[in-house]
Amino acid sequence: MTTPSKTAPKTAPKTLDIQAFRLHLPGAVRPVLTGVDLFVDAGETVALVGESGSGKSLTSRSVLGLLPPGAGTEGTVRVNGEDVLTMTPEQLRGLRTGTASMIFQDPRAAINPLRRIGDFLTESLRLNTRTDRAAATARATEMLDAVGLTAKVLRQYPGQLSGGMLQRVMIAAALMGDPALILADEPTTALDVTTQAEVVALLADLRERFGTGLLFVTHDLGLAAAISDRVYVMYAGRIAETGPAEALFGRPLHPYTAALLDSTPRLDAPQGRLAAIEGRPPSLRDEVPGCPFAARCPLATFLCSQQAPALLPVVGEPTRRTACHHSDQLREMSTDATHA
Amino acid sequence: MPPMPEAAAPAAPPEDSPRTVLQVVGLRRTYGSVQAVDDVSFRLAEGGSLGIVGESGSGKTTTARIVVGLERADAGRVLVHGQDRTRAQRGRAARLARAREVQMVFQDPFLSLDPRTTVGAVLRETLRLHFPDGDHPRRIAELLEQVGLGSREAGALPRQLSGGQRQRVAIARALAVEPSVLVLDEAVAALDVSVQAQILNLLSDIREQTGIGYLFITHDLGVVRCVTDQVIVMRHGAIVEAGATAEVLARPQHPYTRLLLDSVPRPGWDPRGIAAARRAL
Amino acid sequence: MTATVLHRPGLARIRTARAPLYRICLGFVLLVVLLALLAPWLAPYDPNTVDLGNALAGPSGEHLLGVDASGRDTLSRLMTGARTSLLGPLGVVAFSTLAGVAVGVLAAWRGGWLDSVLSRSTELIFAFPGMLLAILIVAVYGEGLLAPVIALAVAYLPYVSRLTRSLVLAERERPYVEAYQVQGHSGLQICLRHVVPSIAPVILAQSTINFGYALLDLAGLAFLGLGVPALTPDWGRMVFDGQSAIQQGYPLSAVVPCAAIVLTVVAFNVVGERWADQVSRRDR
Repeated sequence: MTTPSKTAPKTAPKTLDIQAFRLHLPGAVRPVLTGVDLFVDAGETVALVGESGSGKSLTSRSVLGLLPPGAGTEGTVRVNGEDVLTMTPEQLRGLRTGTASMIFQDPRAAINPLRRIGDFLTESLRLNTRTDRAAATARATEMLDAVGLTAKVLRQYPGQLSGGMLQRVMIAAALMGDPALILADEPTTALDVTTQAEVVALLADLRERFGTGLLFVTHDLGLAAAISDRVYVMYAGRIAETGPAEALFGRPLHPYTAALLDSTPRLDAPQGRLAAIEGRPPSLRDEVPGCPFAARCPLATFLCSQQAPALLPVVGEPTRRTACHHSDQLREMSTDATHA
Repeated sequence: MPPMPEAAAPAAPPEDSPRTVLQVVGLRRTYGSVQAVDDVSFRLAEGGSLGIVGESGSGKTTTARIVVGLERADAGRVLVHGQDRTRAQRGRAARLARAREVQMVFQDPFLSLDPRTTVGAVLRETLRLHFPDGDHPRRIAELLEQVGLGSREAGALPRQLSGGQRQRVAIARALAVEPSVLVLDEAVAALDVSVQAQILNLLSDIREQTGIGYLFITHDLGVVRCVTDQVIVMRHGAIVEAGATAEVLARPQHPYTRLLLDSVPRPGWDPRGIAAARRAL
Repeated sequence: MTATVLHRPGLARIRTARAPLYRICLGFVLLVVLLALLAPWLAPYDPNTVDLGNALAGPSGEHLLGVDASGRDTLSRLMTGARTSLLGPLGVVAFSTLAGVAVGVLAAWRGGWLDSVLSRSTELIFAFPGMLLAILIVAVYGEGLLAPVIALAVAYLPYVSRLTRSLVLAERERPYVEAYQVQGHSGLQICLRHVVPSIAPVILAQSTINFGYALLDLAGLAFLGLGVPALTPDWGRMVFDGQSAIQQGYPLSAVVPCAAIVLTVVAFNVVGERWADQVSRRDR
């Protein structure tokens, strides 16, 4: 998968293009999201990584216009070139049933347990596009087949299926409207590890088959590294770092990414104490004039506490961007390490 | 291969073999037609740490709940210091003695604390029950310091604390009883990665200081590698593999253990191969 | 989780822009209670002083709410009557709440056969009309406030015990209860120290609503001439005493206690609903 640089002129609009997105909630001192720049090209898998409260789920939900009550927004969120933030409720409904769809974390919570799977799959198609029952059922059968389930499932209830099968049903439902973009919000967190592999394999298959763009929201760095072309790391409502998965996790250029990698208990890392990040992310009640990670950062200087770093391209690596005043120090450290 | 890990790690033979603090023999439990726990036996050495790994439905949580006493076994015995704790015992003294054998830290730090009780009150309640004559304020300060909380948090209600802080409180509450064994049921699963690392480090510090034994229930092999020295792998209620953690993770014998290891996402990961292997198994 | 139990439409849902329905009702409740407490000092006349010369007189400077057919001052009787009219329901609510919570907690905590026995027997009471039960008991024991209060308390017990049972069942599922069990606390300790206090606000809100209904039922009994002795001032009794006056074209002495009953019941219900709403919102 080639990753076109952001400045390259392109004729077709990007599947998802978020620019300078800012989200403010009533009662919060600082914006929940600030200066979020993110894009997904057609057929591309992009991971959005962050801890709870980083704003990753809020970002993905904003793409469908699912904003919290009272939210104020700035910037643009374009899906296939159309700005979601200025859409009428009618246009939004069209967007959600057609162009973009979402897969939720817990399939059991997202499916009405009293309705048959068939009703769940065909409902939005029949209500919003006036497809007749037979055509909708045919489409549902086709999509179930695509996710590796048989038409028998149509007559079953959610309680009769396992978590992994139910998440396949969710994916089939997301595919019903033939979307250009799928937003997957921690789609495998509620599943067992072996089931997770199956669901991820399925998503990769479908991406190849249908050319769908995928924004994969997760807290799991290993998973993000394993499945995505590019990764965005979020911290306290900002993009901390972005770039190709391999480069970003191999040689992180933001201290937060580096610390997050060090604090993950992995099978291939040296055994012993983990390098935990002390402290916790700033609360929404605290004003953060500088870099939000400064208080926990080993490289932080006076400058960091005063001035928030912009997300800037990395010298010599045009596909990577990082928001750190001291990323050059990290670069030196990693080159030292490779030389040593 | 007998599914019973030996008390001493083969990698590091100790001078005198450590005593067994917890022994589980032939545990069975059925729910209707489902065999939730099927002939499970293992031993935990004094001051050791034993991981139980498995997916949902493997019986690892049921096993833990039987060890703690929240669930009854159909057959089998749970011995702590050679004393059987599966037999029904009545009365206050027996209840307190059982509590001092095994304590538990639950998965969800947001639900395992009473929302209306302050941190200090939680600990005081436990200390009053178990050590009515102790110097409670001093002990509370000690416990809070041991889990990395300050006296400022003593007056806080659970909702004023972060997830990591709550889990620290839950650990302090379990330690207040001074148990021989601490059962940790997915105790770090609900926490963020950076907080999880803090708690895992805290747990290994506490084990070093107090010599308490851990029974660590988890689905995360990275966590197992980090905090246990022995591990058993469970599937469909039965133990499929057991041994020293480093050994099992480096050279898995059972295909299911291998599948679990392969399922951990990493760069160059092959989800299609895993899915195929899972169906084959 | 427990909030679902409480989600019912009520007057408290009527919230036009800043309409202070709840405050007005709370104020009214406080006013009635205060009047009842201070009645002996505030009432302008002795409620039982008969002034036949003035019988059925309309409102005047001397008698603000007029005089009834027996020549007694309606305002004084209303204020003094508030005491029995509030004391009765208070007894009903106190008894039904205490007993209902005990039964509900026991049924939910122990489960098994005890739950079956307790739940089935409270349902048996449900099937039996409370008023009929009260009439039966009063018929056996004769006049006096105690008999109808106990009868109604028994009739109201199932409402409280069923609510308590469902709340305790939900509460004991929460992991913190298991955590206390593991710590070695006895079931009784956990119930009294943690479970009951956390469900108490919901129960209290329900009891406030019950208070209104009990007031209505007791007034109904008094109207039928059951329970309250003849000379004791009581709102239900006053309506009964005033009905002959209505036929003579002087409705005031019956309408005033009627209004008092209706307004008090509505006020108690609005306050209770609001409390229930607040509790469920805090739980979320």
